[in-house]
Amino acid sequence: MQTEFLIQIKDLKASIDNKEILKGLSLEVKPGEIHAIMGPNGSGKSTLANVLTGREIATVTAGTVTFEGKNLLEMSPEERAREGIFLSFQYPIEIPGVSMVNFMKTAINEQRKHRGLEPLSASEFLRQMREKKELVEIDSALTNRSVNEGFSGGEKKKNEIFQMAMLEPRLALLDETDSGLDIDALRIVANGVNKIRRPDTSVIVITHYQRLLDYIVPDFVHVLYDGRIVKSGGPELALKLEERGYDWIRKEAEVSEETWTTDRK
Amino acid sequence: MDYRPEVINRLTELWETRDEGLLKGSPDIYNRYRAEAFSEFLRLGIPDRKNEAYKYTNLEKSFGYKYEKYFSPVPGDFREAEKFHCEVQDLDVWNMVLLNGFLPKGDEGLAMLPGGLWVGSMKAAARQFPSLVEKHYNKYAQNENDGLVPLNTALASDGLFLYAPKNTVYTKPIQIVNLLHSTQDIFAQDRNLLVVEDGAQMSLLVCDHAISPQHYLTNTVTEVYVGRNARFEIIRVQNQHNDSGKITHTFIHQERDSFASSNNITLHGGLVRNATWHRLNGENAETHSYGLFLADKHQHIANFVKVDHAAPNCNSTQLFKGVLDDNASGAFNGRIMVHKDAQKTNAFQSSNSIIMSDTARMDTKPQLEIYADDVKCSHGATVGQLDENALFYLRSRGIDAKEAKLMLMFGFAHDVIKNIPIEALRERIDNLVLQRLRGELSRCASCAIQCN
Repeated sequence: MQTEFLIQIKDLKASIDNKEILKGLSLEVKPGEIHAIMGPNGSGKSTLANVLTGREIATVTAGTVTFEGKNLLEMSPEERAREGIFLSFQYPIEIPGVSMVNFMKTAINEQRKHRGLEPLSASEFLRQMREKKELVEIDSALTNRSVNEGFSGGEKKKNEIFQMAMLEPRLALLDETDSGLDIDALRIVANGVNKIRRPDTSVIVITHYQRLLDYIVPDFVHVLYDGRIVKSGGPELALKLEERGYDWIRKEAEVSEETWTTDRK
Repeated sequence: MDYRPEVINRLTELWETRDEGLLKGSPDIYNRYRAEAFSEFLRLGIPDRKNEAYKYTNLEKSFGYKYEKYFSPVPGDFREAEKFHCEVQDLDVWNMVLLNGFLPKGDEGLAMLPGGLWVGSMKAAARQFPSLVEKHYNKYAQNENDGLVPLNTALASDGLFLYAPKNTVYTKPIQIVNLLHSTQDIFAQDRNLLVVEDGAQMSLLVCDHAISPQHYLTNTVTEVYVGRNARFEIIRVQNQHNDSGKITHTFIHQERDSFASSNNITLHGGLVRNATWHRLNGENAETHSYGLFLADKHQHIANFVKVDHAAPNCNSTQLFKGVLDDNASGAFNGRIMVHKDAQKTNAFQSSNSIIMSDTARMDTKPQLEIYADDVKCSHGATVGQLDENALFYLRSRGIDAKEAKLMLMFGFAHDVIKNIPIEALRERIDNLVLQRLRGELSRCASCAIQCN
């Protein structure tokens, strides 16, 4: 059935500067599911986030990505966002001179326009701002400033989750959202994600470490290695990775590669 | 072929018939400087690109044009200007409309505003405050290789006079709406003197608007005296069309403990060159020079700044930003001069530009001349494109590429606008800049500051 999956990634290959980074990645996510993608540095985690959000750094060379039955790869970054994809950036960008209020108002109204809705009234918009600020425990003063300007690392991550709360995506991609956070900030950010999630909101958590997954508990854990998902399992896989590192994955992956090559001969 | 000899011939003709024509009845206080100034102009000529200060600015586009008339107002001229009447919305200012730099009813006396501030024409000022005018007139303007300053001294017949006597504080900004209007192509020169005495405050907003499509060239000289512990702010909003040239020379002379800020916002103009000179003549004075320009098509916008630290313990900043599209070109030439005795000087300069097309061009030239040994000075210049990461960040939230670019340009520009001290004005100018970036602000007939 076409609508069974929210997003369906099939045999995706992508390169940066002619170097192949994703080498045939497949992943299917149903509405409401939480998937964690773990993997060592350079395995292609961030490239996956870039490809899904339409950033032109990476070039897709093969494969398909279907989002709610539509060809995601044909859409511009803004269309993807309006369709309900949200990326929480690993390194949120500072934008001096652009106020948070103006930024969020523009983003929300573009999304509403896309859905055939009237722009939000000023009072309704401010009410939502207030409500969502409390939800993610972000300091009011921050949302009166320019986008991320002078924010600490933790504040920037909270601000990502605040934006997620405002935009209510269908699919949230959390790219290393835990990096640079102390344990308190991590809890606040993770709890924020849990509070704003609706039952049918799907989440793909991209992370190095298991600790975020204590709070945002995944249904599935996938190991990304050398541009491919080489192992999938339940939350226990994350614990195993935490405990044993990635070396055994590397060995397994290499072994299976050899076996595969031998078999073909 | 050099266009200049013919222009100089025409100006010489004007000069030779001055007593019966242009300068008939001009006060002696001004006349006494004219002969020397004219020969100085003949010596220096119209600056070309061999002149360091004009290295990136070619004046031929404006000065080479054959104007039908050298503007000198007759009473009937003001009829159009008087018709120009806007509802001042929530901007609480004292307002006056000028025509091509001249005051209607300029021959009448000066007017006194609440708080004791005087406003009127230079001619009237010479009659009413002769010793004050004598003390300040032509004392701060410097020719320094620029023939256009003495050209103004020689031939400008009138202009605006503002006087804040000792300790007068007029809290409202004064708004001067300067309309460029004529049925002929004109060259106009106005000469202005602003005196802010010890402990006084003055805040001035000057809006230049071209309201008819003729070719214009304006060469303006403004001298400003800021006394001890006095405060002076000037904000210029320039919105002219592509066939207009605007050259301004502003000389701000500051005594000890004073504060001054200049903010030039250039929204439109064929050729605009703003030269702003700040002289810190007494200790513990502070001065700021800001500029923002948005240029497209074949427009050329140049800012020249010189901050002269002549006394110790003074602070200065320069911040200039520009957005250039199409075939537009821009220039920034900023000088900081720290004299030998000006120890403990803090002087900062920054120039940043965004280039939106392959054919736009920006030249920047910072110059530091430091003769004291205990100073903090810095300068920085960037010319670049919009930040791709920031652009993607906005788009990833559903904002389309065009709007995202606009937001980034606006954010870039706001960095200058946020230094405008009056909040209502800041908002107004934010809106103007946004309209300009959206391409909605054209050479419209309305003064965009006031009207919808």
